[in-house]
This record gives sequence, structure tokens and C-alpha cells, in this order.
Amino acid sequence: MDENKTLVKVRDLKFARAGRMIFDGVDLDIQRGKITVIMGPSGTGKTTLLRLIGRQLKPMQGSISVDGEEVTTLGHRRLYELRKRMGMLFQNGALLTDLSVFENVAYPIREHTNLSDELIRTLVLMKLQAVGLRGARDLMPAELSGGMARRVALARAIALDPMMIMYDEPFTGQDPISMGVLVRLIRNLNDALGLTSVVVSHDIEEASSIADYIYLLSGGKVVAHGTTEDLANSDSEWAQQFMKGKPDGPVPFHFQSQPYTDDLNI
Amino acid sequence: MINQLQSLGHKALDFFQRLGRGHILIVDVLKGQPALFFRPRLIIQQLYSVGVLSLLIVVVSGFFVGMVMGLQGYNTLVDFGAEESLGVMVALTLVRELGPVVTALLFAGRAGSALTAEIGLMKATEQLSAMEMMAVDPIRRVLAPRFLAGFISMPLLAAMFSAVGVLGGYFVGVGLLGVDEGAYWSQMQASVDLYEDIYNGVIKSIVFGFVVTWIAIFEGYDAIPTSEGVSRATTRTVVHSSLAILGLDFILTALMFN
Repeated sequence: MDENKTLVKVRDLKFARAGRMIFDGVDLDIQRGKITVIMGPSGTGKTTLLRLIGRQLKPMQGSISVDGEEVTTLGHRRLYELRKRMGMLFQNGALLTDLSVFENVAYPIREHTNLSDELIRTLVLMKLQAVGLRGARDLMPAELSGGMARRVALARAIALDPMMIMYDEPFTGQDPISMGVLVRLIRNLNDALGLTSVVVSHDIEEASSIADYIYLLSGGKVVAHGTTEDLANSDSEWAQQFMKGKPDGPVPFHFQSQPYTDDLNI
Repeated sequence: MINQLQSLGHKALDFFQRLGRGHILIVDVLKGQPALFFRPRLIIQQLYSVGVLSLLIVVVSGFFVGMVMGLQGYNTLVDFGAEESLGVMVALTLVRELGPVVTALLFAGRAGSALTAEIGLMKATEQLSAMEMMAVDPIRRVLAPRFLAGFISMPLLAAMFSAVGVLGGYFVGVGLLGVDEGAYWSQMQASVDLYEDIYNGVIKSIVFGFVVTWIAIFEGYDAIPTSEGVSRATTRTVVHSSLAILGLDFILTALMFN
């Protein structure tokens, strides 16, 4: 793969939490300008992967490089410089609850630049317009629906014109309309702003509809990767089970346990 | 037996880890202080919510404590015909002991618990993580101004408590029980020493302010990010702060007045 085209490069990533191995040698590449979707069943550490890329967590082993910088060993100052170029959309939006919608979007701009209030106002309104919530600027986060909160958070994530955005389960718990809105927004913003997007999701239909490339994670490893078509036609039983949503298969229905009869003392 | 030992060891390790994290946090918070001078608005906001909003409970409690001391003191002193020393007794007790200690206990309950709950909930709702990802350091942006505000507010609140307490004593002693007004004030003026009494009281309240705010922000920042975790952290703030205040008060008193 062409080095310049790869924005995020993860190699031999190992990470354990509470004695459980979450990643056991994960390799993946995220291409510039593309939407890469990372899918896998709940509990496979998809969110953890985003936190590792943003260095909110440190891996036990392996390397993660973002735009040529090795994030696992970056110092505080350089890490914060790098984060200015990364946006992240949290599952529930994570808006600052004591600030209005407008102030939430203005927050990173105020923290990192010395722009005049007038210019900040213009920038914020542009970002809010992009997510369709210019009219909601005076609302407080508690007054927003879940989908709106995510869109405000998205406007905040693009406030500093980052090079990449990481979306943590953007479709979970959304009604069909907000789901459609978010799907379109992710695609449009990616193409219009020339972003690189990483979407972590287990909503197969929505995620595959916008994915340029998909990684399937399970049991701490990448089990399959490719374009949506590649995966749909894949021989891997695992990929087939996941993409078609079959209840049983290589991913067992039952959580690891002792034999049923032993448990019932029969 | 082995299990008990194991769990004891586990608890001890846990305790020392938390102690370590607490010290690392306070060093980071202190490192963040100089930058605050360029952003006074952050401190003013916190001074309002930590200090000004605690004012009412502190003033009302101070007044009642002063009134009770006026009553109790009068009843004891009058037996010895020394009721004119009521002012000295009220003032010394307040300035040396009750002012800093009771204010710190109230401060832990009112402002400390609020700080812990606020920071803990910000953590639970991923607001702190979101700040980190926006390249805003939550320790400098959220914790440092709250710490400074607590540190500044506590001595001022203790001073208010003592001042209002003296007025409460005056109200009961002079106003209701008929102690001579001139004696109340002049004996107080003659016997309360600026260095020995007032400065030592101020030092106590500064120490308490530091410790209570430190415990409060640490508990919030270190809380398990669930509703139960935040509620336990809030309780811990009040319990640990209260014990720390009483323990430190003994040590400080022993150092200062012996």
C-alpha cells in the first residue's frame, strides 16, 4: 500500500484490560480521504481502538502511527498538537452540558485560536449550517434529541478543520430519519472537506452503505477486510455470519461457559 | 486465611495506588496554575460557584454558632462573675478553632461534594474525554481553576464565619443577656493577638482549603464513570475531607499553640 496514502497505520497492536486480551496482534491501515469502517460484535474493543488511536489509552505492544507520527511515544505537547488535527464523535455526543449549542461548537475555536468574536460567530454558524442545526444554536444540550446532539458534536468535531474524524457508533439508538441524516452527513462531510473518516459500528447496512473499506474485528484480531463487495462475497464463515446477522456460527450464541448439564447439576 | 491476606494486600495496593494518583494529580494541577492568570474569567466563574454560593450556609451557621456560644459562655462565665470576658471567649474560640474547622466541614459538604459530583459526571458523560480529544487538557481547563477557587474561597469563608459568629455572640450576650457592650469589644480587642490567634487561624483555613479541594477534585477525576461510582466518590469526598480536617486540626493546633 502506498505510504503517503495511509493516514493511520496500526501494526501488531496488543492491548489487555482487566486481565482480558482485547487486541492480540491487530494490523490495519486507514487510507487518506476514505471512509474506513471497523465492524465487529459488541465487546470486541472497537471503541477501545479509537481511544488507542487518539492515545487516550496506551497499548501494551505494537505501533500506531497517525500522519507519520508514532502516537504511542509522543510527548504531551506534540500529542495535543496532533489531536487538534483529529476530531472524535463520541457515542452520546459528549457535549459540554453547561454551554449552549453555539458555545459548544465555538469551544475548540476559542481554546485554540485568538480569533475575534465576529469571526468565531461566522465559523460556528458555518459549521452548524453544515449539520443543519444553525437554528438550534441557542438551545442547551439537554434540550436536544440524541440525533441532534450527535450532529452538534459533529459540528464541534469539524470546528478546527481536522484531517480525520473518528466516529464511535454513530448510528446506535437512532430513529430511521436521524440515521439517514447521519449517514448522509458522514459521507458528504468526508467528501466535501477532504477528511479521512474512521467509523466504528455494528450497524451493517448503514455502515456498509458509506464504507470505502471495511475491517471486521473479532476475538482481538482482524478476521476479514476488504470493500463491502469483497466481504459480502467472502469465503470466511465468520464474515458471512456477521454480514448476514446469523445468530449462531463461528461466533457462538452462548457466552463461554461450563457444560449446561454440569451447571444444572444433572 | 490466604484469601484474607490476599484481599488485605489488594486493598493496601489499591490504597497506595490511589495515593500515588492523587499526588500526581495535584502536581499537574499546580503546574496548571500559572496559565490561569491569563484567563481570569475561568477563576471568577469558579469563585462564584465554589465560594459565593457557599456563603449563605457559612454565614447562617456562623451566626447560630456565635449565638450558642454566647448563651453557653454566659451561663458558665456568670458563675464566676466573669461574664464580661464573653467577647474574648467567643472570639478566641471562633478564630482559633471553630471558624476554620466548622467552615471547612461545611465547605466539604457544600462545595466539595458539588465539585466531586460535577467532575465525576463530566467524566461519566465523556465530557472530559471529549476535551482531551479536542486537545484541551481537562486537568488544566477544568480541575486547575476549581482547585484555585477552593483554595482562595476557604480562608475568606472562614473569616466570614468568625466575623458573623462574633456578631452572633454579641447579639445574644450584649443584646439579650445584658453583658456590657464596651467590655465585650474592648476585652476582645485587648486579648486577641493578630499573630498568635488570627494568623494561625488563617493558616489552618488555608491548609483545610487546600486539602478539601484536593480531595474533592481527585475523587471526581478518579471516580468510576457510572452513577454508582460518582455517588460513592461524592460520599468519599465528604467522609475523607471531614476526617482529614479533624486530624489536621489536631496536628496544627499542637504545632501552633504548644
